[in-house]
Amino acid sequence: MSALIEADLLAGDVDEGGGSGFGRYLATKIGGALVSLILVILSGFFLFRILPGDPVGELTHGAAVSAAQKEHLRHQFGLDRPWYGQFWSYLTSVLRGDFGTSFKYSRPVSHMIEDRLGATILLVGSATVLAIVIGVWLGTRAAWKQGSAFDKTHTSIALTLWSVPTFWLGLILLMVFAVGVGPIPGMFPTGGMTSPTAPPGFFNHIWDVFHHLVLPCITLVAVVYAQNLLVMRSSLLDEMGSDYLVTARAKGLRDDVVRRRHAVPNALLPTVTLIFLQLGFVVSGAVTVEVVFSWPGLGSLLYDGINVPDQPLLQGTFIVFSAAVIVMNVLADIVYRFIDPRVRAV
Amino acid sequence: MIRRHPLTRRLIAGRSGRLRSRVAALGTCLAVAGLTAGPALIAAPPAQAANDKTLTVALTQDVDSLNPFLAYFSSSTQIGRLMYDFLTAYDPKDDHPVGGLADKWTTSADKLTWTYHIRDNEKWSDGQPVTAQDAAFTFNKIMTGQDTWGKANGSFVTNFKSVTATDDHTLVIKTSKPQATMLALDVPIVPEHVWKDVKDVTKYANDQGPVVGDGPFILTEWKQGQYVKLEANKNYWRGAPKISELIFQTYKDSDAAVQALLKGEVDMVNGLTAAQATALKKQKNVTLNQANGKRFTELSFNSGAETTKGVKIGNGNPALKDVKVRQALTYAIDKQQLATKVEGGYAQVAEGYIPALYKTYHWDPPASMKRSFDLKKAGDLLDQAGYPKGSDGKRHGKDGKPLSFRYTAHVDNSDEKLIGSYITGWFKDLGIGVKVQLESDTKLNEDLANGVWDLMMGGWTVNPDPDYVLSIQQCSVRPSGPPNGSTGSDQYWCNKTYDTLYQKQLADFNQTTRAATVKQMQEVMYQDAPSDILFYKNSLEAYRKDLFGGFQTQPEPGGQILNQDGFWGIYSATPASELKNSGDGNGTSNNTNGSQNASSSSDDSGGGHTTLIVVIVVIVVVVLGGGGGFAAMRRKKATAEERE
Repeated sequence: MSALIEADLLAGDVDEGGGSGFGRYLATKIGGALVSLILVILSGFFLFRILPGDPVGELTHGAAVSAAQKEHLRHQFGLDRPWYGQFWSYLTSVLRGDFGTSFKYSRPVSHMIEDRLGATILLVGSATVLAIVIGVWLGTRAAWKQGSAFDKTHTSIALTLWSVPTFWLGLILLMVFAVGVGPIPGMFPTGGMTSPTAPPGFFNHIWDVFHHLVLPCITLVAVVYAQNLLVMRSSLLDEMGSDYLVTARAKGLRDDVVRRRHAVPNALLPTVTLIFLQLGFVVSGAVTVEVVFSWPGLGSLLYDGINVPDQPLLQGTFIVFSAAVIVMNVLADIVYRFIDPRVRAV
Repeated sequence: MIRRHPLTRRLIAGRSGRLRSRVAALGTCLAVAGLTAGPALIAAPPAQAANDKTLTVALTQDVDSLNPFLAYFSSSTQIGRLMYDFLTAYDPKDDHPVGGLADKWTTSADKLTWTYHIRDNEKWSDGQPVTAQDAAFTFNKIMTGQDTWGKANGSFVTNFKSVTATDDHTLVIKTSKPQATMLALDVPIVPEHVWKDVKDVTKYANDQGPVVGDGPFILTEWKQGQYVKLEANKNYWRGAPKISELIFQTYKDSDAAVQALLKGEVDMVNGLTAAQATALKKQKNVTLNQANGKRFTELSFNSGAETTKGVKIGNGNPALKDVKVRQALTYAIDKQQLATKVEGGYAQVAEGYIPALYKTYHWDPPASMKRSFDLKKAGDLLDQAGYPKGSDGKRHGKDGKPLSFRYTAHVDNSDEKLIGSYITGWFKDLGIGVKVQLESDTKLNEDLANGVWDLMMGGWTVNPDPDYVLSIQQCSVRPSGPPNGSTGSDQYWCNKTYDTLYQKQLADFNQTTRAATVKQMQEVMYQDAPSDILFYKNSLEAYRKDLFGGFQTQPEPGGQILNQDGFWGIYSATPASELKNSGDGNGTSNNTNGSQNASSSSDDSGGGHTTLIVVIVVIVVVVLGGGGGFAAMRRKKATAEERE
């Protein structure tokens, strides 16, 4: 598929003799994204039907429900129809923007996603931004002084945190900073996004949410900033042997300026790709962190849906997650064209 | 490596080295300041300390719906019991039926007509009177559709012919056949004046607080995935609860919930694992309630899965069709060891189908019938059944192949995994192979329905009235056609004597004789061994005794506080301060301790804000500056070496 798109793109670029190049570039990228999205919608249906299990059996297990009632439920969920019938109604409703009603929660999936979207964007978004800032900054310094103690220390700290199980790190932080150990007081809540007993008022609410956000956010930053650090570090190292830096220094520029004006902008290109990919995943949340800190995000919603399996809920979240990644990829392609003249020149 | 100009290198080293050591020094100062100032600030009295009447319970299971017509999960129905009264309730001490919405009832001579008298002067939380019309409305709605109003409670009305309110206080229910469970109708009765306007009940969330109800608590707010908030119903006919507010706070991870209990952010946690319970036992402010379980854990045997028409389903090992083989296997399982080693002692060894908690219906085999762990006896039975041990030490099936069974268990249940390895060991001594298959819950249920199993782990939670768990062992619950992925039957067992007894108990209105029949049914099951009931797992709950006490367990003694067949546990919760005043309860002695703890556990205190900011700064500085500081130290050494 992607080969086809590329071929398209090449053909398009050969045809054009300059001028409306950007429009064409944009159209191809968006076209490709649409094709991907359609494939996601098609596969979403089948993906969650490969999962074993019977939603009706799972939901009613343990409840006093007769066999006849289960048949009724199966009919209500549409599970008694042949797969092509279910597929058709799935397709038509998704194209209308209707993700159906959750089997488990008896609520429209789109409402549930709306409810959880904000929480996820807040947590994963803030963590991603922090991880990017910290990662890029540390990566730049580390590469600039490659082999130095700073480099070694920060690279190893980052790699250690990267390889630590998220669940474990989250629980340790929770025990130390939420409950308190020895002289360290417990100062953050142990879970959730808001406190049910928080005083009313806008600023109280903001403070309450921030209070709840700190620990899950730190956990998430700690485990993901390493990739930014390493990518930034290695791409800057690639640039550092370049002749243009020698030229810059020969002009008598200060080292700081050489780094800021010449080396970093060139080294940022791979990092930008990574950043956009990460932004794409902001929506899908971080299941483990959301579970440890009982954060009411989309990741934990997906997790709740899998053990049923709640097919409408899974399909809905899957499409939203994938769409976010696809959109961010298109944006990355567009931004790339502006920050890297070589893409324009092809 | 890239070579840099030595001058440049020295410049960078000098410049940033100095800067970095300054940052590091600042960081260290802040860290020290933060660590010393932190506890002082946080220990300041909380800004709002009026919350000692708010009971916060950790909710570790999912809530599917708070609409009582849709809710299946026990966490949801538990909340439903707090919001709405049922016609009758179960006594907290011994589970016998007591009055609820109805205070009196009579039965016609033919047992087909039940007349309930609805309590006088009972009011909904909006002030309207509770009438027989409300009850009639609720039941009639449930009878209209199995997939709408009857979704959750439809099974209670399948035998109903009509439900009418002859006046404001008289409810008449006519049934097609005599039904012994008419005082065990676990159906929340809702106010007609609110629910008559509901158009599509399957889309009605019932979460717009305050939700009109007549139970001990009124739902005020539900934030899905976060918390459920209820306030005390001051006008509740049994008397207002002693707490003013009740919060169920969601915890997706039970270890986090335990930490919240230690901190005092929640007052009560249930569903503890053995390891968590043992750790909490040692805490001085925490009481562990080791309640006898309502659930039995069993190892099912595939005694020949068939449809009701006699068509074979799946590929169960044919050896298990022989009752002697099944009995032999039960001799080869040391339940005492499983209860001690696997469950950490938090389980009662079991024989009968109905847990020991329900004294009326529980059955234990007499000594002459009891099959205790005895590998020799197990071997003898297998010899008799025609599976002698061969020269290779293995027993062989009728097809000549070595006898081997699949053991199917839940992959996310470490207990079942461990039980598998014990059973593998015992069966190996017996000359039988075991293949352990760990599967997800969904896959396991699919395999169960399709008959693709030999031995399988399972269990059921039993209600005070055992009718439902008894009903799922009838021949008629097996599918009539090919299985469609789900079955009502737990092991595809079919026994005509059992079925006859089941019908007999269903129509028996004398509790003593009905209980005798139920015990007889358990004996039939025990003899025919469609499964081996291994143990009744304790239900492990813990609460902060320095903050709350006075909890009524159900039954008493030995029962649980949460997830009862009632609301008694939460309804009876009493703040520790009131326990002290009245001079009873178990919170008294620890009260001094408790109040200290309560204040230090408050996290929303005004003083905490400053601390919080200090600590955030410290964390950031330590993470960023710490590495830098270390680097600066190293650098000094390095430059010194360089100079030499």
